[in-house]
Amino acid sequence: MSHQKQKRQGFDYCKEVKSMYDVLIVGAGVVGGMLARQLSRYRLSVCLLEKGHDVALGASKANSGIVHGGYDPEPGTLKAKLNAEGVQKMYDTARELNVPCINNGSFVCAFGTKEEEETIRALYARGLENGIEGLSIISGDEARRREPELSKDVSLVLDVPNAGIVCPYELTIAAVGNAMDNGVELKLNCHVNSIKREDGIFTVTSEEGDVIQGRFLVNCAGCFSHQIARMAGDDSFTIIPRIGEYMLLDKNEGKRVSHTIFQVPTKEGKGILVTPTVDGNLLTGPNAAIAEFLENTKTTPEGLDIVGRLAAKSVPSINFRQVITSFAGIRSSEKNGDFIIRPANSVEGMLHVAAIDSPGLTASVAIADYAIDRLREMGLATVEDPTFNGHRADPHAFRKMSDEEKDAYIKEHPEFGRIICRCETVSEGEILQAIHSNPPARDVDGVKRRTRSGMGRCQGGFCLPYVMKLLKREHGVAMETITKKGKESKYVTGKM
Amino acid sequence: MLTHDIVVVGGGPAGMAAAVAAYDAGVKDVVILDRDDALGGILRQCIHNGFGLHKLGRELTGPEYADVYRAEVEKRGIKTYCETTVTGLSHDRVVTAQCREGLLKIQAKAVILAMGCRERSRGALNIPGTRPAGVYSAGTAQKLMNCDGYHVGRRVVILGSGDIGLIMARRMSLEGAHVEAVCELMPYSGGLARNIVQCLEDYGIPLYLSTTVAEIHGRKRVEGVSIARVDEKRRIIEATRRYIPCDTLLLSCGLIPENELTRNAGISIDPITGGALVDENRETDVPGIFACGNVLQVHDLVDYVSEEAEIAGCAAAARVQKGDAGAAFVSTTPGNGVRYVLPQRVHTEGSEDVSLYLRVTQPFGKVRFTVSAGETVLATAVRLKAAPGEMEKITVKSEKLHGVTEPIKVSLEVMA
Repeated sequence: MSHQKQKRQGFDYCKEVKSMYDVLIVGAGVVGGMLARQLSRYRLSVCLLEKGHDVALGASKANSGIVHGGYDPEPGTLKAKLNAEGVQKMYDTARELNVPCINNGSFVCAFGTKEEEETIRALYARGLENGIEGLSIISGDEARRREPELSKDVSLVLDVPNAGIVCPYELTIAAVGNAMDNGVELKLNCHVNSIKREDGIFTVTSEEGDVIQGRFLVNCAGCFSHQIARMAGDDSFTIIPRIGEYMLLDKNEGKRVSHTIFQVPTKEGKGILVTPTVDGNLLTGPNAAIAEFLENTKTTPEGLDIVGRLAAKSVPSINFRQVITSFAGIRSSEKNGDFIIRPANSVEGMLHVAAIDSPGLTASVAIADYAIDRLREMGLATVEDPTFNGHRADPHAFRKMSDEEKDAYIKEHPEFGRIICRCETVSEGEILQAIHSNPPARDVDGVKRRTRSGMGRCQGGFCLPYVMKLLKREHGVAMETITKKGKESKYVTGKM
Repeated sequence: MLTHDIVVVGGGPAGMAAAVAAYDAGVKDVVILDRDDALGGILRQCIHNGFGLHKLGRELTGPEYADVYRAEVEKRGIKTYCETTVTGLSHDRVVTAQCREGLLKIQAKAVILAMGCRERSRGALNIPGTRPAGVYSAGTAQKLMNCDGYHVGRRVVILGSGDIGLIMARRMSLEGAHVEAVCELMPYSGGLARNIVQCLEDYGIPLYLSTTVAEIHGRKRVEGVSIARVDEKRRIIEATRRYIPCDTLLLSCGLIPENELTRNAGISIDPITGGALVDENRETDVPGIFACGNVLQVHDLVDYVSEEAEIAGCAAAARVQKGDAGAAFVSTTPGNGVRYVLPQRVHTEGSEDVSLYLRVTQPFGKVRFTVSAGETVLATAVRLKAAPGEMEKITVKSEKLHGVTEPIKVSLEVMA
């Protein structure tokens, strides 16, 4: 396996992949990405297969972005174990990968009823059982002293100091990028349609015509993981997709609260939360409903209405006129309610890492490590690679500089002086970096998720044509081929 | 740190006219900073005609109108920094800007804010549904077509009957696209009457009032939209929901003055206009910082933008030359039927007549406007009709203002 950083340019770089690997991973979400990154510590050839045009396009793209404290999962489950192990691993890994991640703590709120207050006490006890440190129960008044915008109806609060916030798509992009920097191959637009195993070798084909072989196969296909399992001959589980809708508010609203504010959880999920994001916006959501189909991520008036009403229950002062966008995210749940991380039934060499719903993001590093332990048990030899570098350069180094540092940097790199996105102050230099570092941004949403260009209050109204032109120039393609998010999501329909 | 007498932020119609006016009033050290690669602002993409009738006495396209002012800027040798984005403005008039040469810091004696506005986005409108390509704010589509030369779609629905939306309905029709409908949430259009006629009626494009887009369909590219009528509380009437296949949805649902810099400088903002609170000189409540054009209030016509910018430019020059303009102020307030009045405060001891600009709350027939301070009537004006889409201007004689101490109220009464 070559550890030389390959120069990858244009849309075709992914065609150069070799066809035989030690490990194939299906699905480049946070789980597949983090697994690839943790596997790149070893002398292994790894290929990450993704049906989308970019990484982090499923559940990893649109979720609450929370590092959960670990009080919620039922003791004894994989969720409880990996959440507890995952919190510190997340903070450490986010630091290594230079991903925005803040330990802001969370409050779980009861609103005056006996039942809800009982739930708070039960969660506290459960947290202790799960080995979570630092938990305490505080009064509504004490909570309001620390979080003045909290509703006066909040009567009892579970204070969770180890909880935090992280940007889920940046985490995924960084994990995949770091894996690629350490030799992992990423194959995008690779929609797996058959899996066969012969003589200890998996042969995987895609709708796009790829044929890839590997000794081990890890199923990280999120909402599609049961389909991947069935292709290999295992029908032991079925994913139930759930959808959650969110509203994201302007940075003007970002300081309403400093903690992540939860309501007592229900059967459907952890309830509507109100949280600052790592980028300084305010996020509210999600509601939780069963999705009609696997890729249903549309927002509904009813859903957004519920999100607004319940968020206002926790923090009545939120100004919903400051909403800059709403979105829906998908979750892959399963009827037993726990993560599925185990070898496939009757398919040797195949590991499922499936049904990773909340707290999957929090646990993602712990999940990857746990999955590698299972692969070892299945016979994968892991020899440490001394050239592994777990550090990823900070893609936001420029925006963190002081004015004097920026001035000096621009004099060396004039492209950082030209601002493309005014709302989020993103320069051409930062967009070029996103287009040319692993994994390269290939479409407008890809640039957005890596740089925040188009994520501000005007939502790309000004910068869209400029971003399109940079993608056109850097990838050497026609404007008509520039997409929002791959395939048929084209912006312009022809030259006039 | 660089120093200049006057720094103009934004090189669109407001910025250019303000810079020229300040120069002509005797302050030669004026600079314009603009984020784009040339002067002209949004006019550069407005290739339709209808500009300049009031101000220049001839009908021009947007780029032609911009060229008139650009020539004036160049003739005077006013220094222009293009591809230069202002990222910061302090209370004491230090402007921070980013460009290829580095980070500029400029100490100005006066600053004129002329950043214009942005369009309300799909996110701010919170339209439910999927999030495919093909949903554009009207101005973005206009830029892609008129500046870059690309078709943005073939089958179009437009939400919002603001002027940009109306202009784009015609523009896309001319380029062979089929505009299925223009939907307007309100029971009346916010656009100019002439644009309804020239851009919709002349092309047979239906305008559906009290109608909104209830849902966007399509995963990759827009495949259609559901439209529905709304009741008087703007709630969707489900029974009227219907599907229109289309590949493009243009949004023309209002403009928002771009006042992030203004806020950061600690300048007070009028919640109704979305722009700074100003006096009749267009000076904000932070001394030495002025605002004009669409960053102050959204105008219907560029001609009025230029006019307002000249007021700000002359006043900024006077501020540099003479210092403070005096402290006797009264505030202005909107009365019956009036949404806002600008300026929001007025010097009472000035020597010049003061024009008040205002918009009404809803369409009216014949009305009489009354400008009063307590029991004293300062001015009246009669209009055959008034609509929110058309800004009104009422001038008060300077001598009428002398000695006024009570707030000035503008209200209207409907005439038979």
